[in-house]
Amino acid sequence: MAGTPSLPAREPLAAEHDPAARARRLKLSRAAVISVPYLWLLAFFLAPFLIVLKISLVEVRVAMPPYSELITFVEDGWIAFHGSLENYLWLWEDPLYINSYLSSLKIAAISTLLTLLVGYPIAYGMARAPRQWRFALLMLVILPFWTSFLIRVYAWIGILKKEGLLNLALTQLGLISEPLTILNTDTAVYIGIVYSYLPFMVLPLYANLEKMDLSLLEAAADLGCRPIKAFWVVTVPLSLTGIVAGCFLVFIPAVGEFVIPDLLGGSETLMIGKTLWTEFFNNRDWPVSSAVAVILLLVLIIPIVLFQRQQERSARAEA
Amino acid sequence: MSGVETAGSPARSGSTAARQRWAPWEDPSKEPHVQIVGVTKRFGDFVAVDNVSLDIFKGEFFSLLGPSGCGKTTLLRMLAGFETPSEGQILLEGEDMSGVPPYERPVNMMFQSYALFPHMNVEKNIAFGLKQDGLPKAEIDRRVAEVIDMVQLGQFAKRKPHQLSGGQKQRVALARSLVKKPKMLLLDEPLGALDKNLRTQTQFELMNIQEETGITFVIVTHDQEEAMTVSSRIAVMDHGRIVQVSTPGELYEAPRSRYVADFIGEVNILEGRSAQREGDHLVLQCQEAGCAVQTGPYGQESGEGPLWIALRPEKVRISKEPPADTSRNCMAGEVWDIGYLGNLSTYHVKLDSGKMITATQANMARLIERPITWEDRVYLTWAPDAAVVLRD
Repeated sequence: MAGTPSLPAREPLAAEHDPAARARRLKLSRAAVISVPYLWLLAFFLAPFLIVLKISLVEVRVAMPPYSELITFVEDGWIAFHGSLENYLWLWEDPLYINSYLSSLKIAAISTLLTLLVGYPIAYGMARAPRQWRFALLMLVILPFWTSFLIRVYAWIGILKKEGLLNLALTQLGLISEPLTILNTDTAVYIGIVYSYLPFMVLPLYANLEKMDLSLLEAAADLGCRPIKAFWVVTVPLSLTGIVAGCFLVFIPAVGEFVIPDLLGGSETLMIGKTLWTEFFNNRDWPVSSAVAVILLLVLIIPIVLFQRQQERSARAEA
Repeated sequence: MSGVETAGSPARSGSTAARQRWAPWEDPSKEPHVQIVGVTKRFGDFVAVDNVSLDIFKGEFFSLLGPSGCGKTTLLRMLAGFETPSEGQILLEGEDMSGVPPYERPVNMMFQSYALFPHMNVEKNIAFGLKQDGLPKAEIDRRVAEVIDMVQLGQFAKRKPHQLSGGQKQRVALARSLVKKPKMLLLDEPLGALDKNLRTQTQFELMNIQEETGITFVIVTHDQEEAMTVSSRIAVMDHGRIVQVSTPGELYEAPRSRYVADFIGEVNILEGRSAQREGDHLVLQCQEAGCAVQTGPYGQESGEGPLWIALRPEKVRISKEPPADTSRNCMAGEVWDIGYLGNLSTYHVKLDSGKMITATQANMARLIERPITWEDRVYLTWAPDAAVVLRD
């Protein structure tokens, strides 16, 4: 090491001088870093899913655990496979399940639309508010997250019930003479979903609208376009990525929503999350409820893949 | 500003004045196309535009020139209708524009950022304005094709803005603002984002398009070379006020203030005193120069107080030999620094008074060794009408 007196003399590792070894080491450490999220997904998503999938293929049994074995070891080292698609066929035979899926999709779609209609003006107002207010407004949107979701949905019972705050206020104002029946109807479910998922709509929309170049609106006005029309032909098309992102973020969890229809919905409100719960806890039919969950996942894979695609596209467009 | 018209400017030499030139601002019978009358714009306490009056004539290529923050863009935005004047009026063809929103003004603007709609292709961007007017589709297609042809964007018609280069975007923005055939086209630093070569080329294209279409162009720029190249007239602005409105030639050769002289090109400024009149010339005593300075024709009386002498570097001759008369229009000094630019050499000469003077010489002979070098004693002389007297 005579040539480099400024460096502290130390014993070089053999690998440091071998470029191939260096590259190998780099590759290995890169793989290690990348593998962390994969391991996470493997442990907390894929493994549970495989367990659920396994249970969905077997029969219900009055025992602990309440289902039969999928694979048993028989003599001479042979294994026996006891799986069948009977539970899936059952989902197809009993209209309850199909109706639950369809009803869930319908409720999720309508509430996504309502959330968009409520969320867009909020996000727009926030994005166009004076800069010094924006942080405070953003906090107001995020703040409800600091309270338990369950408590917030419970609070809506107090507001919506027959002798609740809403009916009280409307009667006091003389707008209605008979209290409205809102609680335990689909309307209450819509209110609950719109309220609970509003931030998921507002935040991506706000992020999108906030970075919009306002000179585009000036250019539109300069070219003879009135402000209201400019909103539809410039602002809305440019915020499309935010609209799509917000809609998926609301729609996907809303399809599987259980707490809101359970607390606010009525006995008629049919949602797959509720059906699954009943199957699992009331009927103790783990195999059928597992099949319900697997199908729900398959139903949601389509919008999830679409959402991923759209996110990638908008990321590419920005780059 | 009172001095809007420049007709009385004395500096034009005979030969230029004799040639017929297009100068509607010198013709009192001509109606101005745009009249800006006593316009002030305040943002809170800040006065962005301070009592500006201007007449712009049909078919002019008019520049608003000044450093950033001088109010030129605010003035342009008031013409477009994006800002309303706090005081004063803007008249377009005699019609008061106050209260007319941008989308109803027969004026189009080309934005500094181009402001192209990112979700529309080139064609749709250009057609946008025509669609707002509800023109029939055939007419829109024809006019879009025409203007795309004019800016040579044919092969890019279907591209989105993010697939275009800076120069191409600039052309789309120009085409989009031209296609409506506005009465006036406003250009906010239209070439600011282009590199130097492209900028020079585009300047000439802009001039051609302006000539072809006959539309009145009002351009905002901080680049004095650009303003000099393209403009019929230039308004130099400083702190919200207009300090001079002149043709490029007058602005350079007959600046009215040290600010203008200094802003447009390079200049040596000397302080003079106790003027004497000799015909239409003034002779000033100048301590810094160490001689009497005979200046160009000057109509006004010298009056009291200091006068300033502006001397362009390229009008100064530099020589090692003293002239016959060293008492007038001759400064002596020592070469302090030389900047060799190939075509030109710039000499920084330190006078005996300590004042630095810049002189530029065209390198007409092909020599490696220049006769004048560092620390040489040199004499700076100039023609009798080369120096300009300035009052402030």
